[in-house]
Amino acid sequence: MENSVAINTKNLGRIYKIRNNRKEKFKELLALENVDLSIKKGELFGLLGPNGAGKTTLIKILTTLLSPTTGIATVAGFDVEKSPDEVRKRINMVSGGETSGYGLLTVRENLWMFAQFYGIESKVANDRIKRLSEIVGISDRLNTKSSDLSTGLRQKMNIIRGFITDPQVLFLDEPTLGLDVGASRDVRTFIKKWMNDNGERTLLLTTHYMVEADELCDRVAIINQGKVLACDTPSNLKKTLQKEAIFNINLYAPSGLEINKFKNITGVKNCVLSQKPESTTLDIILDEDSVLSEIITEISQQSLRILRLEKREPSLEDVFIKLVGQKIEEA
Amino acid sequence: MALVEPISKKRSGLKLFIMTVFGRSYPRLVGMQRERSWIFFDIFVPLLSVSAYVFVYRAIGAPEDYVGFVVVGGAMTAFWMNILWNMSSQLYWEKEQGNLALYIISPASMMAILLGMALGGLFATLLRAIAIMIFGSLIFNVSYYVVSFWQLIAIFSLSMIALYGLGMMSASIFLLLSREAWHISNLATEPVYLLSGMYFPVKNLGFWGSAFGSLIPLTLGLDAIRQLIFKSGPSLGFLSVKIEIISLIILSIIYLIAAKFLLAHIEKLAMREGRLTENRR
Repeated sequence: MENSVAINTKNLGRIYKIRNNRKEKFKELLALENVDLSIKKGELFGLLGPNGAGKTTLIKILTTLLSPTTGIATVAGFDVEKSPDEVRKRINMVSGGETSGYGLLTVRENLWMFAQFYGIESKVANDRIKRLSEIVGISDRLNTKSSDLSTGLRQKMNIIRGFITDPQVLFLDEPTLGLDVGASRDVRTFIKKWMNDNGERTLLLTTHYMVEADELCDRVAIINQGKVLACDTPSNLKKTLQKEAIFNINLYAPSGLEINKFKNITGVKNCVLSQKPESTTLDIILDEDSVLSEIITEISQQSLRILRLEKREPSLEDVFIKLVGQKIEEA
Repeated sequence: MALVEPISKKRSGLKLFIMTVFGRSYPRLVGMQRERSWIFFDIFVPLLSVSAYVFVYRAIGAPEDYVGFVVVGGAMTAFWMNILWNMSSQLYWEKEQGNLALYIISPASMMAILLGMALGGLFATLLRAIAIMIFGSLIFNVSYYVVSFWQLIAIFSLSMIALYGLGMMSASIFLLLSREAWHISNLATEPVYLLSGMYFPVKNLGFWGSAFGSLIPLTLGLDAIRQLIFKSGPSLGFLSVKIEIISLIILSIIYLIAAKFLLAHIEKLAMREGRLTENRR
């Protein structure tokens, strides 16, 4: 295999055997199916997909926590099943909302403890804890017991835990979950700088947030029901929609609307309805602008009122809608 | 300038093993200082059950050494409780908390993690056991007659090695369990008090009963300690102290080796079945 590849999977699959109680027979649940990915060293790679798409299963396999049912996976050139010890020397992982560490220990002690498991000398570990806590913005909480931290501060501690060991390959599973807008931005800035510092580092990020993937990732794979539906740079993925016309229509629809009538109009590629108490929104992908007139006709036939109509550039969200047929939060 | 300097050297091999042991024992050692409720729950509560047995023995006119047997048994109870709740079922709690996944993906050996848990727990429990011994001896006026101090240290050390080896072994089995870990720990509490002769000379269970109970290293350790510190100990002992020392050496070797292989095997099994991070699958 080429040395430039950090993560490689071939026909990777995972089937879970599940049952709700002991009397039931096991049922098979396909979590991953024939996943082929090749992530280069130095790449910041994003996995986009709804809950249950298989993102976390893939990360678990790559971090040696789960065996694949089919196929092979290598990380930093080592097979995750045959040489897990070699893989473990080179990786780390941070998951969103994790509650790792011990509540009785301070932030500094928890981070020091995890650094010990990676063979990092205490002095080096303490220097890195100090520096990283300044960057992430929790240097004033290093002596606080982790049980006394808010969700956001705890997540910042987790993020330091992932970076403190200076891994070759880092897995971030929804890292900004639970963080406020400012803290999320700080984390994203830090991730970018960390990647820019060393071209040998590789980062695999899963996220629900399209903006995060768009801003950070060199390449993105969209995954749903265990299958990779598309894999390319965010700009190339968006280019696949450049021929289409994308509209966002805010409607006044006090008694709802019939979405299928919109979907059945010739030239409508995708139509997603979002209903909130304060507004009803249609996200529509059309073959071309001219189809819009038929949409407007249908709106008036259903006695709906247009509050706002906007044509916009394609986003990753639109790519996702086109491929999956739903918004990520609804899928 | 780099955001954070890269790490030039990470330790591996034996040094990493030792660092991991120290790192994982740290929460146990520090936890004791920060959560002082253990002084009440782990010293005075066990003393209540010790008191109950003492009153029974005194009421029926049992030899006074039986009171000492109970106090020593009460002190040793702390180690069994530590094995059950802070060793065996600990990996289940670590899994629930999310720490287990982080241990597994680190280059640290799981044996080192378990050893760290064992040593931290052993030190913390030793303080509790000493406190129970001191309070129990003072309250119930227990007198000791130490035959051989060195044998006493040897038997105690061997008991702990074998006992914590058993704890490490059962911890790996608990890796596969979910909520039933709680019930199994509960289940293993009272029967072990009976089988190991915590509050009475184990010889009373008969040869086969005592031999079965001796699979728990606490049984032999407790029996030998009683023989070495009470005048009537040798006459109430199950086997001679020498045989018990040899048996404990054998148990230590078996349990530690079994722990290593079982841990490796069960880790692989748990990876295959997806049980390292989730309980429902």
